[in-house]
Amino acid sequence: MRKTGFILATLAGLLMAGTAYAQTKVKIGVMNDRSGLYSDITGEGSVVAAQLAVEDFGADKGITVEIVSADHQNKPDIGSNIARQWYDTEEVDAIADVPTSSVALAINDITREKNKVFLNSGAATSDLTGAKCSPNTIHWTYDTWQLAHGTGGAMVAAGGKTWFFLTADYAFGHALERDTAAVVKAAGGEVVGSVKTPFPGTDFSSFLLQAQSSGAQVIGLANAGGDTINSIKQASEFGITQGGQAIAGLLVFANDVHALGLDVAQGLVLTETFYWDLNDDTRKWSARFEEKTGKKPSMVQAGVYGAVLHYLKAVEAAGTKDAQAVVAKMKEMPTDDVLFGKGQVRIDGRKIHDAYLFRVKKPDQSKGEWDLYETVATIPADKAFRPLNEGGCELVK
Amino acid sequence: MFELLGIPPQALFGQLLLGLINGSFYAILSLGLAIIFGLLNIINFTHGAQYMMGAFVAWMLLNYLGIPYWGALIVVPIIVGATGIVLERLLISRLYHLDHLYGLLLTFGLALIITGIFRNQYGISGLPYAIPKQLAGGQNLGFMFLPNYRGWVVVVSLVVCLATWFAIEKTRLGGYLRAATENPTMVGAFGINVPRLITLTYGFGVALAAFAGVLAAPIYSVNPNMGADVIIVVFAVVVIGGMGSILGSILTGFGLGLVEGLTRVFYPEGSAVVIFVIMAIVLLVKPAGLFGREA
Repeated sequence: MRKTGFILATLAGLLMAGTAYAQTKVKIGVMNDRSGLYSDITGEGSVVAAQLAVEDFGADKGITVEIVSADHQNKPDIGSNIARQWYDTEEVDAIADVPTSSVALAINDITREKNKVFLNSGAATSDLTGAKCSPNTIHWTYDTWQLAHGTGGAMVAAGGKTWFFLTADYAFGHALERDTAAVVKAAGGEVVGSVKTPFPGTDFSSFLLQAQSSGAQVIGLANAGGDTINSIKQASEFGITQGGQAIAGLLVFANDVHALGLDVAQGLVLTETFYWDLNDDTRKWSARFEEKTGKKPSMVQAGVYGAVLHYLKAVEAAGTKDAQAVVAKMKEMPTDDVLFGKGQVRIDGRKIHDAYLFRVKKPDQSKGEWDLYETVATIPADKAFRPLNEGGCELVK
Repeated sequence: MFELLGIPPQALFGQLLLGLINGSFYAILSLGLAIIFGLLNIINFTHGAQYMMGAFVAWMLLNYLGIPYWGALIVVPIIVGATGIVLERLLISRLYHLDHLYGLLLTFGLALIITGIFRNQYGISGLPYAIPKQLAGGQNLGFMFLPNYRGWVVVVSLVVCLATWFAIEKTRLGGYLRAATENPTMVGAFGINVPRLITLTYGFGVALAAFAGVLAAPIYSVNPNMGADVIIVVFAVVVIGGMGSILGSILTGFGLGLVEGLTRVFYPEGSAVVIFVIMAIVLLVKPAGLFGREA
């Protein structure tokens, strides 16, 4: 009896000591493709970016942060299982990154159901802040509407009136084609055809040939990663670009251009919201990133850094890690980081910042392995993303 | 202008030709698999990784040693084939007396390890490998623009496939090989070193995969997953052709390339599964495959 009492007293003492040193513990799960075709633009690099954000946030704020990671293999079912396990048994507070739109939409639902926070950087579908928007989701880096208007708008303005799409056959490709087709039609252009290609694919020559015989002025690639690399490589091989048809890479990352080589990729016009060589701050951060990974960061990895940093600032400012309160704080506080500069998170969860229209350099213009782009135009933040009232998001009143 | 099933004939010819080109890769790869299965009774799941290694070694030779495409076409199969021989001697040879399943598990594990090492080292985006200057450009065939390099792929694959078929079915060495599969003890009794014969056969099968890898390097992205993407299709080709049938794997490889090419025109969404649908049907109707012998 006395023994039990002693143990209880000790436990009570421990508990009190615990509260005396209470720190908010935050656990962030970085979920992405760690082995498949998106693993270079997301993967371990996104984990490193999240760790850099924790480092820059500082250890002196009374918040301890733990980063965990997992591979969703681009499959919605696998991603959903990981998310449920993280939220239900491993006390994860927020999930970050999540490329592949089909997986991201699944995580978007689960996060809302479990009332946690979803910091998306990797996925493209504009539905995350449109029809499927959620009070628990922030979409940081880019989306299909922004890509469509950036690259698509520029191509139409340059005279590309007729389009043929090569579309990756899943949520992302469909959303990107839909958004780009809308831009083309709004500008008086015409979509003469499209073909849905199995994802992921290796040989695109057959689809490219269909695009070629359609006679369209522009071939829009509504795909990403390895699919885009193979399409561009093979378009050059089959003389499509030499034949006068233009290729619009609707989602192209610096890493893809690096993999293609400037010989093949030169002249390609594309839109990104981040490039390592934008200014002194991005160069400095990218050097830190490269030291740890051996590569320059992609736009998605930069977005993971920005989103995680802003999330941690919001946890500090809100004084709680309650999901709704933190997300509300994230929308209330202006954002400020070295990669995306000053910006804001809108009520629909859309983070807005400048976007850039780049052109891939010719081999003789490039001064180094990663010197890939020249800036054609800067699209200001308020023009780069879909107007608040057009997304159909229920949070917008 | 007349149309065939709603598609202008020019476009159809173009697609058929493209199917034939993809079929060349299926044929060479499934040929290697069929040889290894036919003579060693090993289901070589490492084949895709060895195809990927072929492309990567070609890239390494060019970038580290300055050896161009033409040199790589000869040197790469030798190097990768040699690694295959080492694998066979060290690991695979210990499994011949066990069930197929063990060989499958071992080679599958090896494939994952090899792919993992390359992914760790070179990332997933892939590496650029240019088409050799002599084969750059293309011919305008009227109904399509045929890149010279693709034409070269079809021709060289046909030659390699037929030469291999000839060597196995029509020469004395091939005779030994076929005899050794039927009855290794008897062939050994005639003074032929059967284990060495088997090791060399495995090495040759792997060299074929590496050769296909070099052929693929200039047109597909050279990345660690390139083997995993194609190997499942190639297995289906081998199963349809009849496990272990040399001629069967060659004909089915080209044939299925054509079928896949046509599917890309008429129902693009289905082009990734059409081969597996055919496999299911063939297995139902003729379980030993189109050219296989009933066991």
